[in-house]
Amino acid sequence: MSDDRERIPHPTTSIDPHRHSMPRVPGSPLFSGPHFQVPKTERAEKAISTSVTIIPMINASPTESPLPAENQIDHLRTIDLYKSYRKGSVEVPVLRGVEVNIRPGEFLAIEGQSGSGKSTLLHLMGTLDGPDKGEIHFHGRRIDNLPARNRDTLRNKRIGMIFQFYHLLPELSMLENVLSPLMIADGVWSYLKNRRKYRETAKSLLNLMGLSHRLKHKPRELSGGEMQRAAIARALIARPELLLADEPTGNLDQATGREILKILRTLNEEQNITIVMVTHDQSLAAQADRIVRLKGGVIEG
Amino acid sequence: MYKLLLCWRYLRTRYIALVSIISVMLGVATMIVVNSVMEGFSGEMQNRIHNSTSDIVIDALDFAGMPDAEYQFEQIRKAAGEDIEAMSPVVLTIGMLNLSPGGRSISMPVRVIGIDEATQGLVSDFNKYLQHPENRKKMSFALREDKYDTRDHQADGDAPDRSIMAEAGWKRRRMIAESLAREQKNRWENPAGAEIRRQSYVEGAEGGAAAPRGAAEGDPEGNVPPPVENVPTGDIFQQNPALAAAAAPAFDMAKDQHTGIVLGMLLASRRFLLDSDEPNGGCEDRFYVLPGEDVKLTFPTAGTPPKVASDTFTVVDFFESKMSESDSSFVFVPIRELQRLRGMSASAADAGMINQILIKLKPGVDGDRVRDKLKAIYPETMYSVQTWRDQRSPLLAAVQLETTILNVLLFFIIAVAGFGILAIFYMIVVEKTRDIGILKSLGASRGGVMGIFLAYGLSLGLVGSGAGLVIGLLFVQYINQIADFLSWVRGMPVFDPTIYYFNKIPTSLVPQTVISIVVGAVAIAVLASILPARRAARLHPVEALRYE
Ligand SMILES: Nc1ncnc2c1ncn2[C@@H]1O[C@H](COP(=O)(O)OP(=O)(O)O)[C@@H](O)[C@H]1O
Ligand SMILES: [Mg+2]
Repeated sequence: MSDDRERIPHPTTSIDPHRHSMPRVPGSPLFSGPHFQVPKTERAEKAISTSVTIIPMINASPTESPLPAENQIDHLRTIDLYKSYRKGSVEVPVLRGVEVNIRPGEFLAIEGQSGSGKSTLLHLMGTLDGPDKGEIHFHGRRIDNLPARNRDTLRNKRIGMIFQFYHLLPELSMLENVLSPLMIADGVWSYLKNRRKYRETAKSLLNLMGLSHRLKHKPRELSGGEMQRAAIARALIARPELLLADEPTGNLDQATGREILKILRTLNEEQNITIVMVTHDQSLAAQADRIVRLKGGVIEG
Repeated sequence: MYKLLLCWRYLRTRYIALVSIISVMLGVATMIVVNSVMEGFSGEMQNRIHNSTSDIVIDALDFAGMPDAEYQFEQIRKAAGEDIEAMSPVVLTIGMLNLSPGGRSISMPVRVIGIDEATQGLVSDFNKYLQHPENRKKMSFALREDKYDTRDHQADGDAPDRSIMAEAGWKRRRMIAESLAREQKNRWENPAGAEIRRQSYVEGAEGGAAAPRGAAEGDPEGNVPPPVENVPTGDIFQQNPALAAAAAPAFDMAKDQHTGIVLGMLLASRRFLLDSDEPNGGCEDRFYVLPGEDVKLTFPTAGTPPKVASDTFTVVDFFESKMSESDSSFVFVPIRELQRLRGMSASAADAGMINQILIKLKPGVDGDRVRDKLKAIYPETMYSVQTWRDQRSPLLAAVQLETTILNVLLFFIIAVAGFGILAIFYMIVVEKTRDIGILKSLGASRGGVMGIFLAYGLSLGLVGSGAGLVIGLLFVQYINQIADFLSWVRGMPVFDPTIYYFNKIPTSLVPQTVISIVVGAVAIAVLASILPARRAARLHPVEALRYE
């Protein structure tokens, strides 16, 4: 586990609750640092402290910490991405040289029509799929060609994903669904050892999402908005630095959709979590820091 | 951790998994039951084979036999004395046994075995199989007064009814002598009347009263048992006073006996199944002849060409080894008497020829080693030296083969269960395609996804074979009660004691067999889940996520 942590550098500006007081050094060492050797138990304690600090932060007024963008390496960067699907003998090109740069702490919306390849692009960013051609860089490190094990860990610890259809596991309760990334990360013993802390973290996250009364419910007993909030809680439990949201409001009514978007905004502003959201809805995209359009397999403007 | 949790949730929410658990369970239970019954049968059989013969048997291939038992013993002791506990000489021939139950004459081919009553019990379990407690302690060819077993002393549960044996012994002999004397008197006084009466009895017997004596006495129905005075004994000499007088002038049946003979139990009786609800296992043994009565034995003499020798013997006991082959063909007589009748000893002082030497080894001695030593002094051209296993090797091999074939067939049952698991797992993997995609998007590795399904297969196998183990063990424990219950339900016996000559179904659990069955079943369940698990692991996460 520790080897990929070294391969994928943790930014100095991680979700450490005390990060605001830490001096941000441009060009600080990316491939080493005290974060990388943090033992698991300590991580768990941090998770708790995070969840505790989240609660006041979400309700507090946004505190800005503007960062000099030009001094930073992109959080995520795609270079000339190509992806096509085969339909029988016909090759259907979906992405034809996509170039996106996402800066740390940015809330980027990728807008595009249905079928324009937004999901495909997001899956590539999340290393769920590999591009035919091109590269994806995470903090300046290429990730699309990493071994499967390291990509798994990357998805598990650094990247949170939210989907249009929530994608909760139907057999598990809300609480268990939220805990599932931690269960995947830990072996049986270390999980059981830390179970209490983990459950506290998950509970406070669900509480934060307004789901404290739904801990024991199965997904099918919940409404769409509730399921999406649980899915966000699940995406946050491992304290990722990047959140990829695939039409997170696509299946919700407008009011609920706005609520979800507000949560994402707050997370972005208060936790400084980088968010990439794809949507076909222009009004939704308008709420992001920056909008790019995906059309004809390339990014326009 | 998620593997265990999901595996557990899938186990609890997929009732179809129960089907595979049940099929594994049934396979394991059947294999345990069948194996323990087969093991029980063959163990029991080997025991009986071993106990009814000695550890090593030396046979003279020449029908005339080998001379001088004492000299032979000396040779054997010289060759392998330190391994040998006891030896006994045997004379073997074939013969014809003639019984006369109910006034009818029955002849049966038998194997006539001349034994030394003092040493026979030392080399084999011969004495244990006798029906008089004193004979079991010390065998004697002298007729006992009474107190023959009225219940099978070897049975440890229900035993067939043998209450008729209470009459056996001198008691029986005197009663017959008395009725004969009365009949003879009658015949002297009214020869024609006696002849008519005798005639009518014989006809009656043809009409169905031919049943053995034991049955006739206890028959509640109209078939009036012939009064005792009407029952002539089998000995034609005694029915003819003139002949009887000529054969043994001073012979008084009430006080004297002929040479003793021990009959195989199945020569003297038949087992009948009455009603399985009754006590005694619903069985009754009916006897053609009882100790105290006389039988005739005819056999060839040892000369060339053989002549026919014949003599009257008095039944002194029955031999019941529970090997139906032996019990239905062996008759034992004193060796000296047989040698004399067959002309195998030139004079009374001559040791005489013998056909067989039975050898009992000291405990723990390897029979094959002693056999090979003895083969050196008994050349194969003239003698056969065999251990008890060699003697019955075709039978033992057949039983072994039978067990193996049965096991192969039964293993197919579990293999079928394995294919069931395979199919069900494929279904579950297809059904869970989206969830597998989700897990991968959350960072689950291929191995982890595979682990869910392997753990699932393992737990199905463990639960299934665990349940099968419990059921199998309970079934074996209560197999006789279950057989009784099934007999009661079906109204006819499942396990017919008249066929197997066991009163109970013998079972024997071998821990290694049970363990390998359980381990094999678990392994099959895991193997069957490997393919679906690999398929799950290889599912492309993006495809899986698009799956609706
Ligand atoms: N597995 C696939 N095989 C073939 N074509 C696919 C596959 N996945 C996506 N596509 C096609 O790629 C295009 C882009 O899909 P997608 O990325 O889901 O678009 P969006 O999310 O913008 O609606 C669509 O035309 C779709 O039909
Ligand atoms: Mg889409």
